[in-house]
Amino acid sequence: MKSHRSHPLWFAYGLHRISGLALALFLPAHFWVLSLALTQPERMDGFLHWAENPMVKLAEFGLVFLLAVHMFGGLRLLALEFLPWSGRQKSFAAAACAAAFLVSGSFFLNAM
Amino acid sequence: MLNIQLYMAQRLSAMLMAPLVLGHLAVMIYAIQGGLSAEEILTRTRGSAAWFLYYGLFVAAASVHGAVGLRVIVHEMTGLRGWGLWSLTWGFGLILMFLGARAVMAVTGL
Amino acid sequence: MTQTSKTLEVSVWRGDAATGNYETFDVPAHDNQTILDVVSWIQQNSDATLSYRFACRVGMCGSCAMMVNGKPRWTCRTHVKKVLDGNKVTVAPLRNLPVIKDLAVDMDPFFDKWVKAEGRHHPTGTRHDPMPEIKPDDPARAEANKAIECINCSVCYASCDTVAGNPDYLGPAALQRAWTLYNDAKDADKQSILDAVAGTGGCHNCHSQGSCTLYCPNELDPLSAILGLKRASAKSFFKGGR
Repeated sequence: MKSHRSHPLWFAYGLHRISGLALALFLPAHFWVLSLALTQPERMDGFLHWAENPMVKLAEFGLVFLLAVHMFGGLRLLALEFLPWSGRQKSFAAAACAAAFLVSGSFFLNAM
Repeated sequence: MLNIQLYMAQRLSAMLMAPLVLGHLAVMIYAIQGGLSAEEILTRTRGSAAWFLYYGLFVAAASVHGAVGLRVIVHEMTGLRGWGLWSLTWGFGLILMFLGARAVMAVTGL
Repeated sequence: MTQTSKTLEVSVWRGDAATGNYETFDVPAHDNQTILDVVSWIQQNSDATLSYRFACRVGMCGSCAMMVNGKPRWTCRTHVKKVLDGNKVTVAPLRNLPVIKDLAVDMDPFFDKWVKAEGRHHPTGTRHDPMPEIKPDDPARAEANKAIECINCSVCYASCDTVAGNPDYLGPAALQRAWTLYNDAKDADKQSILDAVAGTGGCHNCHSQGSCTLYCPNELDPLSAILGLKRASAKSFFKGGR
C-alpha cells in the first residue's frame, strides 16, 4: 500500500468503499434467492438447507459485518458532513468498527 | 463524478436506510433462532402490508444508494464518463429495483 | 545498514511526461541535512542535468514540494534522518500533476482549478465607500482566517486519491480557497461560489480521506473547509433547489 495512505481516516474510507462494493454486488443475488419463494419454494428451502453449512455461516457473518461497518461508517460521514463537529472522527471511526463487530458477533453467536 | 443532486440522493437514501438497516439486522437475528426455513419466513410475511411497505422502501432506497455508489467507484477506478457512466448508473439502479421488487412481492404475496 | 553510514543511497525519478525511471545516486551523508540539500548536491556534483525546483529553502514558499518515500512533502523542511530507510530514500515528482522533467511538475492544472472554484473576491463596494468593519472574532471571519494561509504548494493536491481518480475534481486547495471567500462578509456573490463548488468536479466528490489535512505543511485543514462547503450547498439546495 502506498505510504501516504497509512492513516486512520484513509482506512475508514477504504473500508467504507470495499464494504459498499461488496454489498452492492451481493444484493442482486440476495434478491434473486428471495424471489425463489414466489416461483420455486422447494428450491428456496434447498438453498436454506445448504446455508446451514458452517462455511456459509462464516460468510453470513462477513456480510453482516460489512453491512454494520458500512452503516456505522456512513453515520460517521453524515455526522461529519451535516454537523459542525471536528477532531473526534478518529475515535468515532474506531467506535464504529467496534459497534459493527458487536452486532455481527451476536449474529454469529446466535447462528451457531 | 457527483453533482449536488446525485450527492443529495445518496445522502438522503442513506439517512432513510439507517433505521431500516437496524430493523433488518434485528429481524435477521430473531429469525435465525432455531434454524431457518422458507415456510417459517413466509407464514409471517405472506399478506403483510407492513412488511411490504418496510422492505419496499428499503429496496427503493438501496437501489438509489447502490447505483450512485457504484457510479463513483467505477468512474474513479476506470475513468468511465458521459453516456457510458449514466447508462451504468441507471442500469444498475433499475436492475436492483426490479429484482428487489420481485423479492418483496415473492415474500409478501402482494 | 546503520545510521553511521557515510553515504546515502538516493533513488531519484528521471524522465518526462511520456516515460521515465528511477536512477540511484550515492550522496555523502551529513549530520544535518534536508532532502533539498541532497537533491541540490546531486545536481551540483553528480548530474547537472537533474531538473528540480526550489526558491526560499526555508519553508515559506512551497516551491520545493516533492514525493519523498511516497509522501508529499516540502523537501527543504524534510530532515533526511527522519525519512531514511536504512540509508535509502526515494525522491519523485509531485503526484497528480503532469511531469515536465525529472522533479519539476506542471502546476497549470492546479492553478486552473483554483480559478474554476470561483475563489476570487466579488466586491461589494468601491474605493469611495467607507471600509466595512469586520471583527476578527466574528465566527465567519474566524472560519475564513483558518484557511487563508494557503501558499498553493500543491502538497494536498498530490496527497489526494480522489484527485488521482477523478480528473474533474477541483481538489482540496481550490475548494478551501472558495470556502474562505464564502465566509468573507465583504463578498457580494456567494451563490456563484456555491454553483462553482457544487458542480461536477465539486466538493461532493470528496470522500473525507483526510490526507490533505494530514500532509499540509502549513497545518491547514482543507477537509473541514470542504465539509463546510457541503453543508452550505446542502442548505442552499433545500432552500432554493440549487
